[in-house]
Amino acid sequence: MTQFEVSKGGTATATEAAIVAQDVEKWYSNGFHVLKGVSLTVNKGEVVVLMGPSGSGKSTFIRTFNALEPFQKGSIEIDGIPLTPKLKNVDAIRREVGMVFQQFNLFPHLTVFENVSIAPIQVRNMPKAKADEIATQLLERVGILHQAKKYPGQLSGGQQQRVAIARALAMQPKIMLFDEPTSALDPEMVREVLDVMRSLANSGMTMVCVTHEVGFAREVADRIIFLADGLLVEDTTPAEFFNNPKSDRTRKFLSQILH
Amino acid sequence: MGDEFTLGRIFLNLLIATKWTIILSLIAFVFGGIVGFLVMLMRISPIKPLRFLSWIYVEFFEGTPLLLQLFLAFFGISVVFGINLSPLAAATIALTAFTSSFLADIWRGAVEALPKGQWEASSALGFGYFKKLRYIILPQAVKLSIAPTVGFLVQVIKGTSLASVIGFTELSRAASQINNVTLKALLVFALAGAIYFLLCYPLSVWSQKVEQRLNQQT
Amino acid sequence: MGYTFDFSVVWDNIGLFIAGALLTFRISLIAIAFGLILGIIGALFRTSGNRILNAITLAYVEIIRNTPFLIQLFFIFFGLPKLGIRLNAEQAAILSLSINFGAYSTEIVRAGVESIPKGQVEAAMALGFKPLKIFRYIILIPALSNIYTALIGQVILAVLFTSVVSQIATEDLTFAGDFLNSRTFRSFEIYFTVCLFYLAIVWIIKGIGYWVERRFFEFAKYSRR
Ligand SMILES: Nc1ncnc2c1ncn2[C@@H]1O[C@H](COP(=O)(O)OP(=O)(O)OP(=O)(O)O)[C@@H](O)[C@H]1O
Ligand SMILES: [Mg+2]
Repeated sequence: MTQFEVSKGGTATATEAAIVAQDVEKWYSNGFHVLKGVSLTVNKGEVVVLMGPSGSGKSTFIRTFNALEPFQKGSIEIDGIPLTPKLKNVDAIRREVGMVFQQFNLFPHLTVFENVSIAPIQVRNMPKAKADEIATQLLERVGILHQAKKYPGQLSGGQQQRVAIARALAMQPKIMLFDEPTSALDPEMVREVLDVMRSLANSGMTMVCVTHEVGFAREVADRIIFLADGLLVEDTTPAEFFNNPKSDRTRKFLSQILH
Repeated sequence: MGDEFTLGRIFLNLLIATKWTIILSLIAFVFGGIVGFLVMLMRISPIKPLRFLSWIYVEFFEGTPLLLQLFLAFFGISVVFGINLSPLAAATIALTAFTSSFLADIWRGAVEALPKGQWEASSALGFGYFKKLRYIILPQAVKLSIAPTVGFLVQVIKGTSLASVIGFTELSRAASQINNVTLKALLVFALAGAIYFLLCYPLSVWSQKVEQRLNQQT
Repeated sequence: MGYTFDFSVVWDNIGLFIAGALLTFRISLIAIAFGLILGIIGALFRTSGNRILNAITLAYVEIIRNTPFLIQLFFIFFGLPKLGIRLNAEQAAILSLSINFGAYSTEIVRAGVESIPKGQVEAAMALGFKPLKIFRYIILIPALSNIYTALIGQVILAVLFTSVVSQIATEDLTFAGDFLNSRTFRSFEIYFTVCLFYLAIVWIIKGIGYWVERRFFEFAKYSRR
């Protein structure tokens, strides 16, 4: 038992694992037990898709990875850095982890270009010229460079979400978290965002995505994690998950989302 | 002589004067409401000169201090027309002008907050201008304007305190007079403030409640 | 009515009006600055989550908003000396105007802070922003753009309120009018001119307001809420 734990947290995995979460438990301040002991290891370069019914705790769980949500029990290590309430660690971890939100959360008072370059300048203290160069590259990569001078409010939802991805990438994170990045989009814009995410996955980025896009999950994910009522119910390959689900809970869920 | 003014006597005197604060507030609100309604009709009317005149009216009385409006009414009118206006008459005129300009603005805002489609739909049904106003626009605007109107009533009550400056004896002037005699400024003005608070606070709360209810509906 | 208007009394004493207007301007500026600081502190207290601070601030706001400024002014000017605090007329005027403006701006600033969606702060934290920079670069401008109409309106009301301080013999614009009125019979001309001065000040503030809107808050046109 002890040996097992040592080998898991020891040198062998420290270089391989990007995220190690062990028995994470969380209660909201109203007493609601939202995470009831969830463990998950994500290796470097892996793409993990998190699925589960509404209210199962998916958002809460991935938001613990960059300390947007505190948790009460268990442990989380990001790239070997233990996530404790210590401010120094929180800073270090947020440097490693980028996040994309369902509602984009772009800054309305900054142009598209400034949205991407502000964090490198203000948080990283990067010279403006360097930050501008990075912003230009990234906006080019997500196909929005020609709209760089506009305000977010002038863009479509799909375009805004691509800017949000570029904004997160500008901090050169090692891990990217996506919380339902396409759920707020009109159907015709989902594809353009998934395409960007797919190419990001192909470039070797470590990704944890909460999404119900079955096509994306089947094609891009290395593993699918199924969460229900604050518990991890399945951790398996996409093929297994969709074709041969183990639990009733999963089957019920799949029957709901597959049409 | 100062000894005669016990706490009870001070309070009683203030309460008697409060009657005039309430009366003046009601006068201002009724006359201000009537004039304000007419000014609002001018503000939203399709006739340009009417819109312009009402704009000047609102701009002037919203953009100048109520105190100056009282002086203009009390001293100015007396001199220009060669008549002697009583403080009550002058206060009535000034408070009516003040109240009507703000109410006209609040109510115009409510009318303009309605979707354009409401005007167009009622035109399409063949309503004439005044029927449109009467049956379609105003009933909806009234709902929107209740909260700010009640909120403004608080400003009117507080505004009546300035009538004391032209010699009208209401709560504030009574407080000043009692202070002159007793020299108990902290006590007297705190009491007067408390009475104003009791008049105003319920209205403030009511106005906030109405607004919350409206926000929840939409 | 055989009255003929004669504004010569105004021209002859224009220096008095201008001196009064300058004092009105100065008192307004100082009181609004202090009041805004009070308002920011008040808004911090109101949103701090600390029950006692919140209750005290709320009591302050409601007491000021539901009593006449004249009573507040008299309480401070006639009352504070009883407690051994000596204030001249101008100091009493500035103090009471600041306290008054502070109460109104507390609620305005609070509304501005609360108008910022939680997601904005979360996105900034996820990017590694620290609290002070979040306030400066993420919250401040959008919050200001949401409240600036209300704030400009309140500033205008505050300037108009300053006329009341003439009642404790602060030599402001209104006091200049009173002074001349007691010396001549040209009440209408004098007070009308004073009104025009206030109107001019109000229009200048409105003009600055429009300029600020176009210069700094252009984005707000596009951000649907
Ligand atoms: N601040 C909070 N306080 C109390 N309960 C909360 C809070 N935030 C979320 N919850 C509850 O915790 C549960 C999990 O929320 P979470 O957002 O993590 O779910 P989710 O799996 O992401 O759901 P969805 O698919 O709807 O986004 C829900 O039942 C939610 O109501
Ligand atoms: Mg969620």
